Amino acid sequence: MKILVPVKRVVDHNVKIRVKPDGSGVELGNVKMAMNPFDEIALEAALRLKEAGHATEVLLVSIGTDEAAETLRAGLSLGADRGLFVKTDVRLEPLAVAKLLKTVADVEGPGLVIMGKQAIDDDCNQTGQMLAALLGWSQGTFVSKIELGKAPGENMITVGREVDGGIETLALTLPAVVTVDLRLNAPRYPTLPNIMKAKKKAIETRDAAEFGIDIAPRLNILETLAPSARKAGIKVASAAELVNRLKSEARVI
Amino acid sequence: MAVLLVAEHQNGRLNDATHKAVAAAAQIGGPIHILVAGHDVTACAEAAARLAGVEKVLVADDPLYAHQLAEPVAALIVALAGSYTALVAPATASGKNVMPRVAALLDVMQISDITKVLAPDIFERPIYAGNAIERVQSAEAKKVVTVRTAAFQPVGETGNAVIEKLAPGPDPKLSRFVSETLSASDRPELCSARVVISGGRGLQATENFTALIAPVADALGAAIGASRAAVDAGYAPNDWQIGQTGKVVAPDLYIAVGISGAVQHLAGMKDSKVIVAINKDEAAPIFQVADYGIVGDLFTILPALKEELAKSR
Repeated sequence: MKILVPVKRVVDHNVKIRVKPDGSGVELGNVKMAMNPFDEIALEAALRLKEAGHATEVLLVSIGTDEAAETLRAGLSLGADRGLFVKTDVRLEPLAVAKLLKTVADVEGPGLVIMGKQAIDDDCNQTGQMLAALLGWSQGTFVSKIELGKAPGENMITVGREVDGGIETLALTLPAVVTVDLRLNAPRYPTLPNIMKAKKKAIETRDAAEFGIDIAPRLNILETLAPSARKAGIKVASAAELVNRLKSEARVI
Repeated sequence: MAVLLVAEHQNGRLNDATHKAVAAAAQIGGPIHILVAGHDVTACAEAAARLAGVEKVLVADDPLYAHQLAEPVAALIVALAGSYTALVAPATASGKNVMPRVAALLDVMQISDITKVLAPDIFERPIYAGNAIERVQSAEAKKVVTVRTAAFQPVGETGNAVIEKLAPGPDPKLSRFVSETLSASDRPELCSARVVISGGRGLQATENFTALIAPVADALGAAIGASRAAVDAGYAPNDWQIGQTGKVVAPDLYIAVGISGAVQHLAGMKDSKVIVAINKDEAAPIFQVADYGIVGDLFTILPALKEELAKSR
């Protein structure tokens, strides 16, 4: 079975982003970029399934401007087998990404797509569910546990999902799309030999325009605003003073 | 044309998230219809019919919807979508699971996690863990929207909508419910509690949530939350997590204990009315958003706080 892992290049999660003063977006110049942390977890899950003998190949795909290819190279140095870079300068929305990924899945025929549950830049949490819909596949979202059945002919995967009340376990018919949550695993770091090996791995580049899909944005971003800031309040000396102030000043208890 | 709102419910009870999402749906405009998809959900449908401003409740009561699996529920919503200009759901685990599937099947780009409705086609939503707010306009003929419930006040229960039964839709037979492990609790639900007390890595152990956080929560009638660090460390269950990728809360009073205040955590609680921080590190970023801070050892402050709360009764 081939596993497809879509990865997105985003602002590094440690960066405190700034909104441009003219409201035209978020400042991205000279900002450290990295693979979306949820996608790292997705890649790790795919690599572990391959190491456990459940998969034969881990194919990475990234869509975007030229720099997205760096993210693919980073993923290859973690152990993915092959990279596909779909190049476009269009501002991409989840629906467009899902449509491009559907075409990739149609061509590559993976048995499983594993991806991050959301990207930490737009926080949309949509692409995996949309891809599953477009492919007509089952979906397992917000997954913190994956088990592949060992019984021959059992074409199912069992996933534990983080839901509002706890954990829900589902059996999904393969092929399926799985989106991963934080506690699925702790991603590995690249090793020097793997970084060297990754340099020889193939990255195929395709132009998104060749896909013949309308990927123009559907939402018009009118303005990007800084959130209203909270001001630091006061320090209180004791629990007694706190209770007193919550009662008589803030009036919340 | 009308708005279809997908109800959030568990164990036959209508969740407060629905009350809040109705408020957002009302701002989008047009008559509001609520879809209750589940099994044995008569009481839930009756509760939905009492929500202020709701015209009609559609009930799909069938074992097929017992666990609200994404594939059959999305198929049901898509079948109903023709008569609506907007499809709305609270941005709960269930809403987030189902609605993008609906949107893609309708070839619509979804607007996730809206915090404001500025016009029927213009919305605000947080991006970058709430460190920026995007104002977006959708030209889609049909809007698919999920609502950040912490940003809306729940509507009252003064309504009297008609209830209409639906025949179950198709069963795509793609996934199957196996089991669930739900945390049982007598406390208020995290997303609708008036007071929330959360613990972070500073708590150091599960037992300390029980021994130190729980008594204060009891005294305040509060729900208990946790930071990602505390959940990752195994001190607290995943459904307690508050933050960018967990739950978003905006209670009247939020007490952060032993939580440093990473941006990912602040994303989940910074719209609380009053924030209290208890941390031994004076430089912890949580103090920059806290209205009241106590610098000190949580292991002595929490028992003292419990005593003071008992005294002030």
